[in-house]
Amino acid sequence: MYDVIVVGGGHAGCEAAHAASQLKMKTLLITANIKNIADMPCNPSIGGSAKGIVVREIDALGGIMGKIADMTHLQIKMLNAKKGPAVRSLRAQADKKQYPQKMLEALQSQKYLEIKEAMVENLIVEDNKIKGVLLEDNEPIAAKAVILTTGTYLKAQILVGDSKTPSGPHGEKESKNLSDNLRKLGFEIQRLKTGTPPRIAKNSVDLQVLQEEKGDQEYLTFSFDNPASYDIAKQESCYLVYTNEKTHQIIKENLSKSSMYGGYVEGVGPRYCPSIEDKIVRFQDKERHQLFFEPETKENDEWYLQGFSTSMPVDIQEKMVHSLKGFEHAQINKYAYAIEYDAINPLQLKASLETKVIENLFTAGQINGTSGYEEAAAQGLIAGINAALKLQNKEPLILKRNEAYIGVLIDDLVTKGTKEPYRLLTSRAEYRLLLRGDNADLRLRDYGYQVGLISKKQYQNLQTKKTNIQKLIDILETTNLKLNEANKQIFMASNIEVPASSLKFSNLLKRPAITLKFLENFVDLDFSEEVKEQVEIAIKYEGYIKKMEKEVEKLINLESKQIPSDIDYDKVGNIATEAREKLKKVMPTTIAQATRISGVNPADIAVLTVYLKKEYGK
Amino acid sequence: MNDTICAISTALGVGAISIIRLSGKEAISIANKLFSGKDLTKVATHTIHYGFICDKEEQIDEVLVSVMRAPKTYTKEDIVEINCHGGISSTNKVLELLLLNGCRLAEAGEFTKRAFLNGRIDLVQAEAVSDLISASTDASRKLSLNQVKGSLSTIINILRNNILDVLANIEVNIDYPEYEDIEEITIEMLKDKITYINEELTKILASAHDGKIIKEGINVALIGRPNVGKSSLLNKLIEENKAIVTNIAGTTRDIVEGSALINGIKFNFIDTAGIRNTADEVEKLGVEKSRQIIQNVDLIICVLNGEEKLTAEDEEILKFTDNKKRLIFINKNDKTLKIDFEKPAVYGNTKTMEGIKELKKQMIKEFNLSHIATQDFTYVSNARQIALLKQAQIIIHDLQKEVSNNIPIDMLEIDLKKVFDLLGQITGETYEDELLDKLFKNFCLGK
Repeated sequence: MYDVIVVGGGHAGCEAAHAASQLKMKTLLITANIKNIADMPCNPSIGGSAKGIVVREIDALGGIMGKIADMTHLQIKMLNAKKGPAVRSLRAQADKKQYPQKMLEALQSQKYLEIKEAMVENLIVEDNKIKGVLLEDNEPIAAKAVILTTGTYLKAQILVGDSKTPSGPHGEKESKNLSDNLRKLGFEIQRLKTGTPPRIAKNSVDLQVLQEEKGDQEYLTFSFDNPASYDIAKQESCYLVYTNEKTHQIIKENLSKSSMYGGYVEGVGPRYCPSIEDKIVRFQDKERHQLFFEPETKENDEWYLQGFSTSMPVDIQEKMVHSLKGFEHAQINKYAYAIEYDAINPLQLKASLETKVIENLFTAGQINGTSGYEEAAAQGLIAGINAALKLQNKEPLILKRNEAYIGVLIDDLVTKGTKEPYRLLTSRAEYRLLLRGDNADLRLRDYGYQVGLISKKQYQNLQTKKTNIQKLIDILETTNLKLNEANKQIFMASNIEVPASSLKFSNLLKRPAITLKFLENFVDLDFSEEVKEQVEIAIKYEGYIKKMEKEVEKLINLESKQIPSDIDYDKVGNIATEAREKLKKVMPTTIAQATRISGVNPADIAVLTVYLKKEYGK
Repeated sequence: MNDTICAISTALGVGAISIIRLSGKEAISIANKLFSGKDLTKVATHTIHYGFICDKEEQIDEVLVSVMRAPKTYTKEDIVEINCHGGISSTNKVLELLLLNGCRLAEAGEFTKRAFLNGRIDLVQAEAVSDLISASTDASRKLSLNQVKGSLSTIINILRNNILDVLANIEVNIDYPEYEDIEEITIEMLKDKITYINEELTKILASAHDGKIIKEGINVALIGRPNVGKSSLLNKLIEENKAIVTNIAGTTRDIVEGSALINGIKFNFIDTAGIRNTADEVEKLGVEKSRQIIQNVDLIICVLNGEEKLTAEDEEILKFTDNKKRLIFINKNDKTLKIDFEKPAVYGNTKTMEGIKELKKQMIKEFNLSHIATQDFTYVSNARQIALLKQAQIIIHDLQKEVSNNIPIDMLEIDLKKVFDLLGQITGETYEDELLDKLFKNFCLGK
């Protein structure tokens, strides 16, 4: 008898299995193919706008994605470096061979974790409570909790042109019956679609005519714990590619041959990740579209052509690729394809990621309607933690929207649901100035420690960092600049306006032109770069941060207005029918959550508030 | 909101007919219980029926009853309107009978609240309805009607969509930083946008002042030494214009002497205690109050006695009203003109009506009222809307400063989003706790 069974070894499954076993739950990870643990069937990168912050959050809470990515990437960059601190985000080109290998090693070294190769086709449920899983050959395996992280494997079908073949990514076996069995248990199943571009032999491409994009020239890490372990000079480059008139011509002439436009696709694809034929149809007057040519691994010559995902037949794909400058003689190793798969309706989940339908059953990743490795890993981590907490009879870990992108992600899923594969975007986070990549540890490590994924030593490091931040703030707030001739000269030499009086350093730092580094001309600040960064942001953007904190107060006020779980929405008069249906389905736990449900308008909230006051005296 | 509400929806005592309105699931069946005539539960929607309201056998009033079935009604619920003809006491009796038969007396603004809650009207429209009910001039009624139709919402929504475009572009720049062919919003572009938003807000707010004038009227203080003819001038202004001699007791304007319609705009005349230097403690208080009034009114009419030279007191009055919107009326009754006054003034005679027409012309001119009357009445006219617009403008002014301060665009965007939200609050598109409570308190009874 296992405590926790994790079904699926993708990014959600890995974090879930790691977290549960780290919390001393006897855990079994079941995957169709051990070689495919932590596989990256699509883009070869980890992080990106908003997603890079999620990886930092995972690390802050005690997950492993960031640490494995740090060990294995080919290139790393800080996106939006020239913009404000809130929107900076790391992105690494991951090595598609190295990353899964290191992840497998990490999981195999987990004391409480076993890994088994098998296909799960059904669940064992008694009295709406999970009891275990049934394998393909009907072998039962008992467990107290089950986490489904089945990715795109539920009834998966690969589409290329007019051909439609049942299969998971890279010809892996798909799960035939699990989604039907979930439907029988009361889950609503929706069909989603995603796609991936062709892989091309690098040696067959003329890189000389492409624009090179290098990695950053400073050391960067996702993890808060380990120093960088790569060589800056040995980072691989990516390249910019553009489509042209010829490419567009080929696509337009053959549009009806694509799975999408030929009408072969049932699933709903993501708006933010359109296929190249979509882009050309929707943006007729654009003369060219930007593509990226990216390395996948050091171990072979296979490169990824980002932005060129398509469901055209293979002969057309050949023509399309060869029309690109530098790709005239390109050799396609793997053709682009679209994939359709089943997912559940995330409105059937609690914020802990436990399903409302079956007790102790959790789901995470693409099965919940999301897209992206990072979104999957984040949910896997939370599901793993909450499965363990549930079995320990403890309250679940639920992150609020003002605490983490992970909180925004899960709240969006369980409150708004999704009709297309959901991707995190910075614009989804209304408090993003507080949800920075640089302060993920300050925001979340305490939770990681309370849960038990963060060690005493890591926790002490955090406390030291907090103390030092305060110390540095105190120094800047209590020391004044000496306005002598020598100091005036330093200002003038840097072309910075000399202050009229001897101001405090903290006030000087608020000036747009003055950095903390500049102030070190006048005062010794013996602190780590991390601490300096925190203090500089805190002082420089104090006004904006305070404004945002005020907004958070409003949220917390609404979050504190709880809605009893036994509420009967049929008894709340005069709520619009659509709103009533939505409220019944979502069963929001607070008024704040209710306001975020689409289709529930302010009038419904007003009626609901009045009803709660009347019925429950709240 | 499951119960059926009723209220007398016309002002009591004004006009020969009073209308009692019922709204809710049982509106028709309750009315039917009291009605002798056709079976109201079987009549077609939006029809009017003649009959009597009866208390058992006794006929209480001869009435016309309109039956309007949900959802095409003001509240989106079943509505019955009973036109009573028998004066206050029988109307009250009918109301009483309705209450006894299962209706609940509507709270202030509850019909409109239901219309809003049932999604029939948006916030701006709801507020305009309350204005419409209390509107006392034609112009103000037109303004309210226009808001009910949603003109203000349209203007605000255009501005809001404009801001949304910028927000969306900034977000795209953040989420897709490496796409070189997506336009990057620069500080310069943002500056232009902010200038545009500021101009639009200024325009709306400027018209807000006009809107306030149309709705509430212009407050005018007549000041001058005692016995220079203030009261007779006041009487002429009021009398001559068939004044709505309303006694607006209970409002803050408890010293309004009377109001008059001039060119369709309401002028409220305010009495001031004679202003003069005094040592008397009691009189000092009165003078202090007058000075306060002068600070708050829209227009001052200084009345001088043309039969005397200017006194020190006159000089004093002229001095401290100098920076206000002011007209000077020099009153000369029968005797000869002795005053030596050089500034522009209206000369007249309060006994013969001489100069009164000219004074009115000047009053209209001061407020550019001819321009108000010809515009299309999409003014912002209530305090909540004005306050939100002002908040938005304060943020925009901050932004104008910050935008030159090397602050990253994604931070400036936070403020821009706030402006977007504030504008949404005007049209009711963002939820703010307590917003509704605050709003519906300001409604008068009935629609």
